[in-house]
Amino acid sequence: MLEIKGLKVKLEDEDKQILKGLDLTVETGKVHAIMGPNGSGKSTLSYVLSGKDGYEVTDGSAELEGEDLLDMEPEERAAAGLFLAFQYPVEIPGVGNMTFLRTAVNAQRKARGEEELSAGDFLKEVRAKAKDLKIDADMLKRPVNVGFSGGEKKRNEILQMAMLSPKMCILDETDSGLDVDAMKLVADGVNALRSEGRSFLVITHYQRLLDHIKPDVVHIMADGRIVKTGGPELALEVENNGYSDILAEVS
Amino acid sequence: MALAKLKSDATEARLAGVTLPEGAAWSNAARADALARVRQMGLPTKRDEYWKYTNPSELTAAEAPKAAIFDAGEVPLFDAVDRLKIVFVDGVFDADASDELTGEGVEIERLADAMAADIHWAKDLYGVLETRGQTPVERPLAALNTAVATDGVVIRATGKVAKPIHLVYLHKDETSDAVLHNLVKVETGAEVTLLENGPAAARFSGCLEVEVADGGSFHHVRAQGRDHERRTVTHCFARVGAESSFKSFTLTVNGVMTRNGCVLEIIGDDAIAHVAGVCVGDGNDFHHDDTVFITHDALNGESRQVFKKVLRNGATGVFQGKILVKEGAQKTDGYQISQSLLLDDDAQFLAKPELEIYADDVACSHGSTSGAIDETALFYLRSRGVPQYDARNLLTLSFMAEALDEIADPTLAEELRDRLEGWLARRS
Ligand SMILES: Nc1ncnc2c1ncn2[C@@H]1O[C@H](COP(=O)(O)OP(=O)(O)O)[C@@H](O)[C@H]1O
Ligand SMILES: [Mg+2]
Repeated sequence: MLEIKGLKVKLEDEDKQILKGLDLTVETGKVHAIMGPNGSGKSTLSYVLSGKDGYEVTDGSAELEGEDLLDMEPEERAAAGLFLAFQYPVEIPGVGNMTFLRTAVNAQRKARGEEELSAGDFLKEVRAKAKDLKIDADMLKRPVNVGFSGGEKKRNEILQMAMLSPKMCILDETDSGLDVDAMKLVADGVNALRSEGRSFLVITHYQRLLDHIKPDVVHIMADGRIVKTGGPELALEVENNGYSDILAEVS
Repeated sequence: MALAKLKSDATEARLAGVTLPEGAAWSNAARADALARVRQMGLPTKRDEYWKYTNPSELTAAEAPKAAIFDAGEVPLFDAVDRLKIVFVDGVFDADASDELTGEGVEIERLADAMAADIHWAKDLYGVLETRGQTPVERPLAALNTAVATDGVVIRATGKVAKPIHLVYLHKDETSDAVLHNLVKVETGAEVTLLENGPAAARFSGCLEVEVADGGSFHHVRAQGRDHERRTVTHCFARVGAESSFKSFTLTVNGVMTRNGCVLEIIGDDAIAHVAGVCVGDGNDFHHDDTVFITHDALNGESRQVFKKVLRNGATGVFQGKILVKEGAQKTDGYQISQSLLLDDDAQFLAKPELEIYADDVACSHGSTSGAIDETALFYLRSRGVPQYDARNLLTLSFMAEALDEIADPTLAEELRDRLEGWLARRS
């Protein structure tokens, strides 16, 4: 599904290298997790994959189902099936959440040459999915993420993911700032989307999210590279011993 | 001294050829008084404090600069609204194109007819609010309008007026110079909606005086016409009584020069006065100025000034807004926001927000910002699959939303939103 080879990324305006030759392959239908200390470049990786400005790829490649991601506009990547649940979801005053969702869903359908969803069908689908995530009618009406609590913002990200049904979902610290109940809701939302044709890259700092979303593969990232790859037990190792042992071992 | 002399010479030169329309004795007196006010104040120059950002020379020149007729090739605004339509062509009432001036809960007359009557309620309004609005800031172009206005309507709402009254201002002559003066008197507990749209003339001076009695409600939505070369100066003077509501919204698209002045005075307790505007401007020769003055002189009044400007390609936007809270006007809630979205580096926004408060138990806030499209929000939308072009337009519309939300009628708001989408679409 997602294949990243030797990816090197620096900041556009500064002489600062952040990703230093990153290799990662996520197979179709699998859930991969990336764990790593703060500042290791996890968010940068997610931004570069989704096409945010401000970064310069100096080497390497990233492909989604064989298509060169790095060559596409952000909206083309989305239409190709990539989705990023932001670590810090963005507030958009003046744009209603519902309008935002409908615009996004229909834009992607249009890009793929599909019919737009009728207002009625769209509404039915949003309501059902919002209910599962305990997102009430008021949250759907309010401007995107404005005045939402941390947990509400993260649930809203999962709602967008559910509505857009992407092939490759990247979740950047979706667990941060969530209490136990909200974490459960988010994890249930993600698990409900797990399917043979869909892959996940779950970026997290802590093991606890991975109790709910069981990963197939766990990667440890440090200083712009994947330094170790293993099974779910790797997450437990981090939980018990922290990053220092692993980092000492690979250095 | 030399400056004052220059100013009075220029004013005399401009007034030399002016003749005042004749009417009943009271109206002749009102016009003569207004002319005397103009002489005393002098016509504005760019040295005046409130004309620092907007050069009035094209508005004061003896001859109106030519303005090409613009055919937008679209359905006229508010065409689908069930309304009472009153048409002016280059500032002259067109009876054939207008509906009959009768309606439920309302009396409507042509200005000249009202001014010809020996006894008329208009006597207590014509030029009266304009005169009050000359202090503390002088508005000589409004006084000039009162002196020379050749046409207009006077509207007295006595009940809940069934249909909106729609003033349509057509522009058909490239050199027309129109001066219209309208009066609206909203009696106790009465309600009326006034719609205005169109460029009116090559150069247009409009003056609207509105008196809202206790418990009355005045709702005003206007659009100033898409003619690129038009020049416009408007003044709205309003005085609102207890538990009354005044809401005015203006959409400005194109035009080389627009100055919209609004002077509101809250004189009764628990009243609401909102004035809002959206302007979208493209090009070096676009200049738009909103100059607003709201006075609170009663308890528990609520005022809002919400102005949003989208500017590109060297367009200039100006906002001068003041909230004055007089002594004793406790529990005043005054809000003022003026913001501009600069779509490129060439556009500019000049703002002068002012607060002057003489009561101690009030909540007043004001803010003014100027900025580009929020790149983070743009990326967020694009990452959800919304193409850059649509995402930019969505964010631009969302920037204007707070001002559009001031339009109480959702159908009217939707119609103006559509027009703004059209403007954006034509420019991307
Ligand atoms: N736009 C940026 N400007 C400056 N520094 C940045 C920027 N983006 C990332 N960095 C830096 O790059 C490093 C990696 O950041 P990030 O990708 O956010 O790490 P993580 O998500 O793993 O905590 C950090 O040192 C961070 O300060
Ligand atoms: Mg991060």
